[in-house]
Amino acid sequence: MSETKGETVTASTTIETAVRVETKRQPLPPRERLERIFDIQGLDAIYGSKPALKGVTMEVYENLVTAVIGPSGCGKSTFIRCLNRMNDLVPGFRQTGAIRYHGVDIASGDVDPVAVRRTIGMVFQRPNPFPKSIFDNVAWGLKVLGMKDNLSDRVERALTQAALWDEVKDRLKASGLSLSGGQQQRLCIARAIAVEPDVVLMDEPASALDPIATQAIEQLLHQLKSEYSFVIVTHNMQQAARVADMTAFFSISRGAEGERWGELIEYDATEKIFTAPSDKRTEDYVTGRFG
Amino acid sequence: MSAADVSVLQRPNDKLVRRRAFNRGMEVLAWVAAALAVALLGVLVWSVAKRGASELNLDLITKSPAANEFSLNPTSGGLANAFVGTFIIVGIATAMALPFGILVAIYVNEFAPRAVKNFLSPSLDILNGIPAIVIGIFVFGLLVVGHGQSGLAGAFALAILMLPLVARATIEVLALVPNSLREASLGLGVPRWRTTLGIVLPQTIGGILTGTVLAVARVAGETAPLLFTSSIVGTSTSWNPTQALQSIPVAIFELSESATPADHARAWAAALVLLLFILFTSLIARWLANRSRRKIARAG
Repeated sequence: MSETKGETVTASTTIETAVRVETKRQPLPPRERLERIFDIQGLDAIYGSKPALKGVTMEVYENLVTAVIGPSGCGKSTFIRCLNRMNDLVPGFRQTGAIRYHGVDIASGDVDPVAVRRTIGMVFQRPNPFPKSIFDNVAWGLKVLGMKDNLSDRVERALTQAALWDEVKDRLKASGLSLSGGQQQRLCIARAIAVEPDVVLMDEPASALDPIATQAIEQLLHQLKSEYSFVIVTHNMQQAARVADMTAFFSISRGAEGERWGELIEYDATEKIFTAPSDKRTEDYVTGRFG
Repeated sequence: MSAADVSVLQRPNDKLVRRRAFNRGMEVLAWVAAALAVALLGVLVWSVAKRGASELNLDLITKSPAANEFSLNPTSGGLANAFVGTFIIVGIATAMALPFGILVAIYVNEFAPRAVKNFLSPSLDILNGIPAIVIGIFVFGLLVVGHGQSGLAGAFALAILMLPLVARATIEVLALVPNSLREASLGLGVPRWRTTLGIVLPQTIGGILTGTVLAVARVAGETAPLLFTSSIVGTSTSWNPTQALQSIPVAIFELSESATPADHARAWAAALVLLLFILFTSLIARWLANRSRRKIARAG
């Protein structure tokens, strides 16, 4: 016990964060050596006449877990829904700026949003399995998208990757809705990775789950990031610290006439964000002084 | 003011007494109104049953009316021609209105921009409000003039009546399907039409069935459109919709105009069958509606 005390004394030279960052993660190579998948330039997003995001400029790298954190209403969800054109479905939504995905601006009008979502998959905040069997939940997308060869192998592989296979292999014909919340969310992850996207976006995937189910999903991210790139929105700082390689901190800015919008404040390696943030607002947030 | 003065709670108070009496009076009034509505239904069914029961037998449904050279209205035999006619006309009307109505509903709820939706939705309500006789005369001018009456023309008129009912019911049940299901499918990179057909529509089948059954019950008793389009008929039972077909409501109308009391009794009997059919289908519709609502609630 006395040893631990000694450590906290030496650590007092850095800021004292509300979150302990795990250090067993391998250090990131310098950013120039990382493969860029998204290059986002000056992204503005507007719902009707209300601005949701202004001037977001950042890069997202391949085979990393990138976390997006920030207080409620800072536009985190809006931001990742821009990355696969999910906001197209919201009436009155507009966006400007460029989102280059491997060099192609997917925000432009001549890119097919269906093809974008095919490449960049999504897992949602609340588990939303189809009202179909467990097998069909995974197989339906495969069938519709023409990946019909070795259907049952593909389903098994996806369910195994999502760490759900052992729990459901004996009842694949049962309804997906008969599973527990955490299992349903893993089923949704299996469904998303079965169709082999390049990127998986996750919008607070564990916010509706208990701690054990949350842990299962976080372990999944660690195992799967060698194959996929993840962008994960979370309001849980501990979660960002545990799973993410890079972390983007969004916050709310207020204009002169009381209007509010979300802004990217700081984007860096997760460890840097949580131990030595360069912006005061980030420090306030990660130390729990605000939000 | 240390202890609260509670005596005010027990003191008789004119205002309170009056308010209580008024409350009681309104409650009784509302109860009586509700009871009257149910009584009305009961009396209606009972009086039709009392007058029609004597002629209600299997012959009514299975036998054609006997040809009678003295009267346009046969005085014996059954009304098989009317039952078969109604079955065919309503069947064809449903076959026309159901797919059309579902497509309209899918467009309104899944694809239409808000401005178009705000225009289409009231349009359906207006179509629903057009009097049946106006639709009858419209179809008369469109299909009957120059071609003659036919079961098909009658079915077309009834289909126009069914269309807004089916579309409205389908729109309502489509709106119940949670958006998270659409997003789940679209997020996989599935096109919208496949999402609608494969994920959204299967959720709504119960609701669509309910709407269809209600629409069938509604138009099975329609008389006015059929008078224009499918009423000049003989006494034989025909299954051919290119000819004019007899139908239950038109038969009831014609029999009730007859001079013979036996015809009146048969009109009541036919009315009773129609009434029972409508009661029965409405019950089925209610059952289907409850079932599908539970199913959608689970999926949400």
